[in-house]
Amino acid sequence: MTEFRILRYDPDKDTEPHFQTYTFDSPKGMTVLEGLIYIFENIDSTLAFRSMCRAAVCGSCAMHINDIYNLACRTQIDKLGGKVTLKPLAHLPIIKDLVVDLEPFFEQYKKVLPYLIPKGNPPEKEYLQSEKERKKLDPWVDCILCAACYGSCPVEATDPEYLGPAALMKALRFIDDTRDGKSKERLAFVATDFGVFRCHTIFNCQKVCPKELDPTKAIAKLKMKALFG
Amino acid sequence: MLFHDVLIIGGGLAGLRAAIAAAEKKVDVAIVSKLYPPRSHSGQAQGGINAALANNPKAHDDTPEKHGFDTVKGSDYLADQETSIYLTEQAPEAVFEIEHWGCPFSRTEEGKIAQRPFGGAGYPRTCYGTDKTGHYILQTLFEQTIKHNIKVYNEWEVIGLAKDVDTCCGVIALNMHSGELEAMGANAVVFATGGSGRMYGNTTNAIPSTAFGVAMPYWAGIPLKDVEFIQFHPTSLYPSNILMTEGCRGEGGILVNKEGDRFMKKYVPKAMELGPRDIVARSVQTEILEGRGFDDAYVYLDLRHLGKAKIMERLPGIREITMDFNGIDPIEEPIPIQPGTHYYMGGIDVNIDGASPLKGFYAAGECACVSVHGANRLGGNSLLETVVFGKRAGASAGEYAKDKPKQPKTNALERALKREEENFNQMLKSNGNENPYTINAELRKLMPEKAGLFRDEKLMTEGLEQIRVLKERYKKIRPVVSGSSFNFDKIWVLEIKGNLDVAEALMAGGLARKESRGSHFRTDFPKRDDVNFLKHTLATYTPEGPKLSYSEVQITKYQPVERKY
Repeated sequence: MTEFRILRYDPDKDTEPHFQTYTFDSPKGMTVLEGLIYIFENIDSTLAFRSMCRAAVCGSCAMHINDIYNLACRTQIDKLGGKVTLKPLAHLPIIKDLVVDLEPFFEQYKKVLPYLIPKGNPPEKEYLQSEKERKKLDPWVDCILCAACYGSCPVEATDPEYLGPAALMKALRFIDDTRDGKSKERLAFVATDFGVFRCHTIFNCQKVCPKELDPTKAIAKLKMKALFG
Repeated sequence: MLFHDVLIIGGGLAGLRAAIAAAEKKVDVAIVSKLYPPRSHSGQAQGGINAALANNPKAHDDTPEKHGFDTVKGSDYLADQETSIYLTEQAPEAVFEIEHWGCPFSRTEEGKIAQRPFGGAGYPRTCYGTDKTGHYILQTLFEQTIKHNIKVYNEWEVIGLAKDVDTCCGVIALNMHSGELEAMGANAVVFATGGSGRMYGNTTNAIPSTAFGVAMPYWAGIPLKDVEFIQFHPTSLYPSNILMTEGCRGEGGILVNKEGDRFMKKYVPKAMELGPRDIVARSVQTEILEGRGFDDAYVYLDLRHLGKAKIMERLPGIREITMDFNGIDPIEEPIPIQPGTHYYMGGIDVNIDGASPLKGFYAAGECACVSVHGANRLGGNSLLETVVFGKRAGASAGEYAKDKPKQPKTNALERALKREEENFNQMLKSNGNENPYTINAELRKLMPEKAGLFRDEKLMTEGLEQIRVLKERYKKIRPVVSGSSFNFDKIWVLEIKGNLDVAEALMAGGLARKESRGSHFRTDFPKRDDVNFLKHTLATYTPEGPKLSYSEVQITKYQPVERKY
């Protein structure tokens, strides 16, 4: 038997979020997401949570599970000792239950102009980019925009204008891309009080990233670039 | 009332590409997506996108023409040949375009886009970004829609079409945030709602990939084409059925049964693991059915001999998945795999411009059937289809909408809105007590059994009967829960209806097609029958069930011959 303690909030009825507990039989190998789906299909169809790929690649199901942020679809219930506490991502307004408003997260992301701005006209075929140059993008390019880093960053709690780990890492993704022509401008934009200099190197983002990316490192690199060129 | 010239329904690769193309026609375009676009299932594609770039040293002589032939042959000659040829001719330009937009493809030693071998291909022409190609292309196209400032209605789920006499004039959508039903007028609507794999229990597809997307046009009178053709990907991870890309085999991975035998040599001795998907999937399933699988459920995909360096460089995403979901490191252990439904060749009947028989209604990507893939799709051609036909359908829709009046057809839209409101009210007041999710689970259990890899008259007749019983039971489901914001019950109960009706069409189409072709294999009719069945199936909705008819296959360049690999 497993106990799921879920933070619930219904905007039609509630003034405050509150915990609701469900107990059910979870077979071996069941993931937290599968548990949520089981509860939804068999016990309580009012439960709201985002789900999509169930394969840990889309970022929909990032949430706080017991003591850390993770993707619900790849978290095994067996590893959680029979009691699972679920809360939505922090620092984003709760719309309903585990569904938060992602607009603030995506607004910050859009501010860094997260698209290639090439230098001139493209070549007839592909831009040539060496394997070494492409490797430089490896640490930044696998971000699935799940917002676990945003939810775990204490700076976001007090300074919502802080661009945040994902947006800053995305800026570096384009700065490091040899095909982009706006490195100087991108760097100038993030080397600010609401950008890299708001980061206190707390490392939570690195700890929770389900793709094992390192936004702390990305931000540190941007700081170095900004200060020393 | 909301109005845009062109509404794109779906924010995956095809939808995003269509939106960009429509925007280029200088019309007012908006995307309506039930998910934030970067969450779309396109992002789960792994292995790559095909184009005859001839970048791989082993592909010096590759040409779009050869790619076109491979595609037609792979389709078991059911593809409309001019559309397949168009797809492959457009491929190099389409791939260079997304690279110009910043897609982080992996590179060759010369700095060009890297290409790997894939099933059914004469040359290595699958352009890849490690094994996360779908993710990279999806991020790139999403970024472009931000650059072009294209409006997206995030988490608005379209639940029905609006028609004014003989023209589509918009959609009705449920705003998941507010819980309000919204009428959205348009001059042209482009559906890019993706796959329907969740009719089946064993599917690589994501949770939202139900048949609801293709069901809506079906209910509105647009035929679904080639409904019985659903692809089983040979290698989905056991037991979750999460996709293990064909790229694993492209990089040298092998398939091994319980006896340690590399069994593909019995079925496709020349191409071995890189035969086309329908043949490899049936080979794997045969091994399992004849007792040479593990636990009567899976065989092994072995990557160990590739070595740590190659796996980390070319297949890091696969390794993340097997470690997360099975606790297996493919560097050390073989991967348990079984076939799983993966791609729906069937879909909304459209022509090469993405135009359906209903004026103003277009479709592109997996939800559409042009047909490019015929009875079986080659790996790497789906990512290609999204950008090539997404572009063409978006441009066609934009061109069509350009000179039309910029006002919604209010009467027709209000009628459609009322229709959907009444439907929801009925669902809220329903006085049955069946659990809709139990009905869905039973459908998902019967589909692989009755319309699986090996079909016959008896199985499919039983399947059709069972689906009809489920449809009757669906009429007596318990009331949908109330609640405005993010009421998933409302949505998922509707989607289940889509699953039931499209599954019925699939089963009926399969029963009527008394031959084997591509992914539709019948043990009672194991041969291909070009005399009687070299034609597309069309399924038209009636309240009594699907009405079947047929349409011509366009055969121009390649006369159908026996398919050998």
